[in-house]
Amino acid sequence: MPPEERRDGRPHYLVVNADESEPGTCKDREIMRYDPHVLVEGCLIAGFAMGANAAYIYVRGEFYAEASHMQQAIDEAYEAGLIGPNACRSGWDMDVYLHRGAGAYICGEETALLESLEGKKGQPRLKPPFPAACGLYGCPTTVNNVETIAVTPTILRRGSSWFAGFGRENNTGTKIFSISGHVNNPCNVEEEMSIPLKELIEKHAGGVRGGWDNLQAVIPGGSSTPCLSKSICDNILMDFDSLRDHSTGLGTAAVIVIDKSADMIEAIARLSHFYRHESCGQCTPCREGMGWVYRVMKRLVTGDAEIEEIDMLWEVTKQIEGHTICALADGGVWPVQGLIRHFRPEIEERILQRKKGSAPSQAAE
Amino acid sequence: MSDAFAFDDVCRARAETIVGRYPEGRQQSAVIPLLDLAQRQAGGWLPTEAIEYVAGYLDMPKIRVLEVASFYSMFNLEPVGKNFVQLCRTTPCWLRGSDDLRAVAKDVTGCGLGETSPDGAFTVVEVECLGACCNAPMVQINDEYYEDLTAESFKAVLEALKRGETPEPGSQAGRTGSEPVEGLTTLTGEGA
Repeated sequence: MPPEERRDGRPHYLVVNADESEPGTCKDREIMRYDPHVLVEGCLIAGFAMGANAAYIYVRGEFYAEASHMQQAIDEAYEAGLIGPNACRSGWDMDVYLHRGAGAYICGEETALLESLEGKKGQPRLKPPFPAACGLYGCPTTVNNVETIAVTPTILRRGSSWFAGFGRENNTGTKIFSISGHVNNPCNVEEEMSIPLKELIEKHAGGVRGGWDNLQAVIPGGSSTPCLSKSICDNILMDFDSLRDHSTGLGTAAVIVIDKSADMIEAIARLSHFYRHESCGQCTPCREGMGWVYRVMKRLVTGDAEIEEIDMLWEVTKQIEGHTICALADGGVWPVQGLIRHFRPEIEERILQRKKGSAPSQAAE
Repeated sequence: MSDAFAFDDVCRARAETIVGRYPEGRQQSAVIPLLDLAQRQAGGWLPTEAIEYVAGYLDMPKIRVLEVASFYSMFNLEPVGKNFVQLCRTTPCWLRGSDDLRAVAKDVTGCGLGETSPDGAFTVVEVECLGACCNAPMVQINDEYYEDLTAESFKAVLEALKRGETPEPGSQAGRTGSEPVEGLTTLTGEGA
């Protein structure tokens, strides 16, 4: 498909989101460490398809080794004439630049990433206008994830019907799953969409520590997605529709497995701490709300609360959700909602124990 | 004040390369990479003079550069030890024993969280998810990730650093990356 004539003379940009920071997720890191050339190739293909002559790969700052590998692959591609002027002798000019961030989860949000790439603090922009119309330097911009850009060469080589042959209808393709937590062999693995969660864990991650019956909960798609209790995990498929039907989501497909030895309330309280720390402070519901949610969660860990506060916590998370510029606050309250949805009896039990004087005395700082 | 800090020749050359990655008139885009260079040259933190120097270099108001320096967690606005030890505390690392590592760090370096050892060899802090969750628990020390840690292997890493050695970064359990430790489950065939 040839690039369209540009209407207003503004350059187009491709921006690759390599600011991988969602807790549980570590798949893009593997691509950049061990297969960076495929991302460079993907940049050329995507750049040509959308009429962009320049791509910026925004890598999270902590990934120093990964950025070094990526830069080396870019340099090699320039030397081989695969990118640069007349890339691959195609007649298309394509520059690929690496840009390192400096530690801010919020920069994974596409407009915060663009702000950061322009040399500002990473605070999300109001939308509209969307980046497709007004993105980097006010120019039409497409922001996409490393995994997405890196899979395009394979799809073009093998054909879209081959790729769409994996998974169920509306949930097709392959996906890299990051399986972490209480499994015998934590790993990243590329699998077919719609694979049953249990099969994914047992086939690739060596099963749940202590056996499947020792499973307490799974966070199916990175820290922002609400957890699932074991009974749901027994049969659920790992795809968009199946997870949405259980009030959660595929997210980044980062599967965090939690066995029965863990304190489920603290596992989620730690995530509340994360979102409080990472809030950019721009919107009040998030800036104030994340701190409030964490303080309540901390008390729920020790049981130092009243039963009614569980409902109040639920209500406040509903007030925060959907009332901010970006989805960080939504992602911050969803894990708490998941906890209340599936583990309310445990929370109540903790509070009652505390009143009887036998609950744990310390929570996460 | 800004006379007190200036890029050395190596940093100046790198700064020019970096600024060249952005369109004409958009040199502000280079502020994060240039602050990173300045922090490296200044020994792991950003004195005010370095922030002001970068502002001058990029023709930006000083307050805009300070705003960036104070927003991003990788910029240290106070001095840190020679080995900047960042313990990941987020749920995937916590599930696999990050609390044990905090105790080891205290034991070997004498530093509690946020503290620097009197000899300036170590600073220990806790940080949020560093994105190596399939190799948890993990710790970042300066630029390097140390992964698949146990209390014993982390102790060995810190003691090597204490002796002035450079322990091998990456998985301390012998993995190349994040493949299953008991062997590959995919891409095992010749044609893969």
